[in-house]
Amino acid sequence: MLKRTLLGVSLASLMAASAWGAEVKIGFVTTLTTPAAVIGKDMQDAVNLAVEHMGGKMGDLDINVIFEDDGFKPEIGKQKTDKLVKQDDVTFVTGFIWSHVLLASRKSALDGGKFLISSNAGPSQLAGKLCHENFFSTSWQNDQTPMAMGEVLNQQGVNSIYVMAPNYAAGKNMVAGVKRTFKGEIKGTDFTKWGKDAQLDFSAELAKAKASGAEGIFVFYPGKAGGAFIKQYQQQGLQGKVPLYSVFTVDAIALPKLQAAKFEGVLGSRMTQFWDPTLDNPQNKKFVDGFKAKYGKYPSFYAAQSYDTMYLIKSAVEAVNGDLSNMDGMRAAMKKANFPSVRGEFTYGNNHMPVQNFYLREVVKDGDGTWTTKVVKTVFENHQDVYAKDCPMK
Amino acid sequence: MSDTPLNGATPRSSGLLSGWTATTWATAICLVLLAVVPPVSFYAGQPFHVDLATRLVCLSIAAVSLNLILGYGGMVSFGHAAFIGIGAYSVGIPAYHATYGEFDLIASYNGWFHIALALVVSAIFAAITGAISLRTRGVYFIMITMAFGQMVFFLFVSMETYGGDDGLTIDVRSELPLIDLDKPLQLYFLCYGSLLGALFIVHRMVNSRFGMAIQGAKGNELRMQSIGYNTYVYRLVAYIISGAMCGYAGFLLGNFTTFISPEMMDWTRSGELMFMVILGGAATLVGPILGAVAFILLEEILSGFTIYWHLPFGVLLILCVLFARGGLMGFVSQWGRRNG
Amino acid sequence: MDWTLLLIQMLNGLQLGVLLFLLASGLTLVFGIMDFVNLAHGSFYMVGAFVCASLTFFTGNFLIGVILAIPVVALVGVITEKIVVQQLYARDHLDHVLATFGLILCFDTLVHMIWGAQGIAVPLPKWLDGQVELFGGIVFPTFRLLIIGTGLTIAFGLYYLVNHTRLGMLIRAGASNRTMVSALGVDIQLLFSLVFALGAVLAGLAGMLISPITEASIGMGNEIIITAFVVIIVGGIGSMKGAFIAAMIIGLIDTLGRSFLDDMFKVFMSAPAAETSAPAVSAMLIYILMAAILAVRPQGLFPPKVR
Repeated sequence: MLKRTLLGVSLASLMAASAWGAEVKIGFVTTLTTPAAVIGKDMQDAVNLAVEHMGGKMGDLDINVIFEDDGFKPEIGKQKTDKLVKQDDVTFVTGFIWSHVLLASRKSALDGGKFLISSNAGPSQLAGKLCHENFFSTSWQNDQTPMAMGEVLNQQGVNSIYVMAPNYAAGKNMVAGVKRTFKGEIKGTDFTKWGKDAQLDFSAELAKAKASGAEGIFVFYPGKAGGAFIKQYQQQGLQGKVPLYSVFTVDAIALPKLQAAKFEGVLGSRMTQFWDPTLDNPQNKKFVDGFKAKYGKYPSFYAAQSYDTMYLIKSAVEAVNGDLSNMDGMRAAMKKANFPSVRGEFTYGNNHMPVQNFYLREVVKDGDGTWTTKVVKTVFENHQDVYAKDCPMK
Repeated sequence: MSDTPLNGATPRSSGLLSGWTATTWATAICLVLLAVVPPVSFYAGQPFHVDLATRLVCLSIAAVSLNLILGYGGMVSFGHAAFIGIGAYSVGIPAYHATYGEFDLIASYNGWFHIALALVVSAIFAAITGAISLRTRGVYFIMITMAFGQMVFFLFVSMETYGGDDGLTIDVRSELPLIDLDKPLQLYFLCYGSLLGALFIVHRMVNSRFGMAIQGAKGNELRMQSIGYNTYVYRLVAYIISGAMCGYAGFLLGNFTTFISPEMMDWTRSGELMFMVILGGAATLVGPILGAVAFILLEEILSGFTIYWHLPFGVLLILCVLFARGGLMGFVSQWGRRNG
Repeated sequence: MDWTLLLIQMLNGLQLGVLLFLLASGLTLVFGIMDFVNLAHGSFYMVGAFVCASLTFFTGNFLIGVILAIPVVALVGVITEKIVVQQLYARDHLDHVLATFGLILCFDTLVHMIWGAQGIAVPLPKWLDGQVELFGGIVFPTFRLLIIGTGLTIAFGLYYLVNHTRLGMLIRAGASNRTMVSALGVDIQLLFSLVFALGAVLAGLAGMLISPITEASIGMGNEIIITAFVVIIVGGIGSMKGAFIAAMIIGLIDTLGRSFLDDMFKVFMSAPAAETSAPAVSAMLIYILMAAILAVRPQGLFPPKVR
């Protein structure tokens, strides 16, 4: 009885403590409606897993993550960011799948004096001229992954490629990236309509690619467009004739669907990435195993980045002993990238973009027959994006 | 069939000055609340509410402008969001060039210039598209106005310099004498004042000979023509005024959001504007404002509740069309009649 | 000019045109007879795709999936008509637009709740998944040819239905004078339900046919429905012939625009500018076409004779 009362008292005091604001508020802007919600869901799952792995605490503070849906629209993303900044008064605004949503929301978060952490989008502007002391990324700059792919193409002696990407900020960055390192000829470039009514039938573009006589096709189609593209690539008879080189197209979100529909053609296809579920480090093992156990599927790179975001924030909060008014202290802590990352060790450049390795990955069957990816080799070691030099920060 | 009035139940609001009916009371209460609530909540430490109110008032102006042709004139424009976009880009494009150079002719932060540009371009666009659209009737009119809206949408998508699909961030707001648009409350009261102005214009127009003519043409066009009105010209002028007013709403919205993208002219946005007008009560003075308030509050509340909020929202929309003819103002005037 | 490429792109355009026709024919039927504007017509396209995807996985065969999905979509159509649409016939077009706009939101969210956000990739049988070689060394995906074939067959079927059957006679009569048809003692309620279900099935079929190419996904009908509206407006509302011709024209313009516009733009623009602006301008083309046609012929190309 006494024990019970004591427990009750301590519980009550605990609740009082959290009512006093002993929590760290994190706003997470992602896409939870429209077909792109499948990405947002993966990120949300990873964040919830991270909170669970942290026991719901960062230092002494309770974690309070507020998820907001951007509806795949920059304008809505900005409205939600405004709400998080002004109404919820969060300390960290994070999430952001889409480069255009991040660009639209940037001013609201940074002018509001909050930390802005991208868990995916890496538009060139934010790495370069518009870099900011309170902006960090746990992903990559858009150009880096396709640059690694361009390097792979050179190594394999591919002489010409045809390029396709969606017509938005990241698509343009991806194309710029591959063109930067690829030494052969670009036979043609197609930008297709993007957004909630994205173009998903690529018949005209694939016919052009085939007619162009290019030796390979480079594509960037994140989310549901990726699966659609792969299928049409196969149906148009390009498989085995014009090899496909992709970035962010074949991922843990597309693969289960492709496996269910038995699109064997995707096995063996290769892409570049900063991370892979097979990377050998304790944090990654904890993450991948935990994710598979909890959600019964492989995590995507979106999930990996979101998981890292939470640990980055944790490192900052703990460095200042929970004093969330100490922005300088938290900034200095984050700059060190001193947290266990699923990608292994990395550092931050002057623009607060990760300087990290990029790997070539291949689609394979795992021990249970589930389709996933594995690392083939390392393409770049400690690679820094090219826009860092435009960033005035030291 | 399309001759039936949109809201048979609603009596024409008889004007602000002639006796205080329930409708007048509703008007007054609505306007007073809009004047009082935002500053109070701002000083009570809820600055986000001012944001919400500003967006609401901007969209109210757009809805009021649409009501002029849709409610009073019977012209169902399904492309009105294009004018908002034109107005917003009238701020964004000059400000972009003033910041990043090139195109010195229009590079400017001057608010008067932005307003003039918004009004003139919207009016010209309305004149051209109206001249073509008004040759058609019924569903053809609905669809051709939508087509023109989509054209503007894709035009801005194709303009790579101004961000295309990604949109454009407005780094510096319009500069106007006396008021500083970077201050939320000052911006809000500019919008609020503009809304009063828009209501005044619509009120005066509707009760003028001109207004009688377009309302008459909505009811029975042949009769109006046979008593010597050139209904085509009357409709066109109303369409142009409405377009310019909506462009001005876009100017305000652009200054408020400081981020503009083609998304704001998507056909679904035009649909939302139409819904605001109908929800509040077409062909009533403040109906569109009530509609916009209800619409945005509903959206804000439901979307905070569940990610499946579109379902109850859609059901409400259908129910509203099926059962709430005359919209919210219809309820108000019915209530007024029952209670004397 | 690369003639093989041009021919392939024309086939692609034809395939898009056929899909548009399947959607537009239902729209124009419903509009012609019930004077009803249905923005939610694209939702049947989406529902068709999802139902067919589920049934394909359940039965293991795409074609069986399609055959079983058709009555399901018809049922969804009838239910929608009974619950919502019927209340709206007596209203004006504005009410139709708003209520069916609400229906779109409901359908999209319901599909999200039932099938999840991720969408479904639909597998094809092996014999449909490859390519065939046509004349002159043109290689074309088998399944896209099947779409073209199915679409043209249905177009002929509809032509026969409308012109040579009793139902067709009522449809034609209804399109030109509705009150007269009901005065003749025809069960107008039943006719309306039938026609609405037929329209839903045609749209659903279009969704089923496209799902193995793209995939079944939420909101997939919202973009194409606007294009389908452009088709019936250009063709003249209520005219089946107009819908067919306009669908073909618009399918071709859209596809050829996407294929060749950027090369044309490169003549007078820098390559990057051309590459990014061409897709948007090609999307504008169909609206420009529509505005131009309505400016000259406010009733579309083939307005039904009596209204």
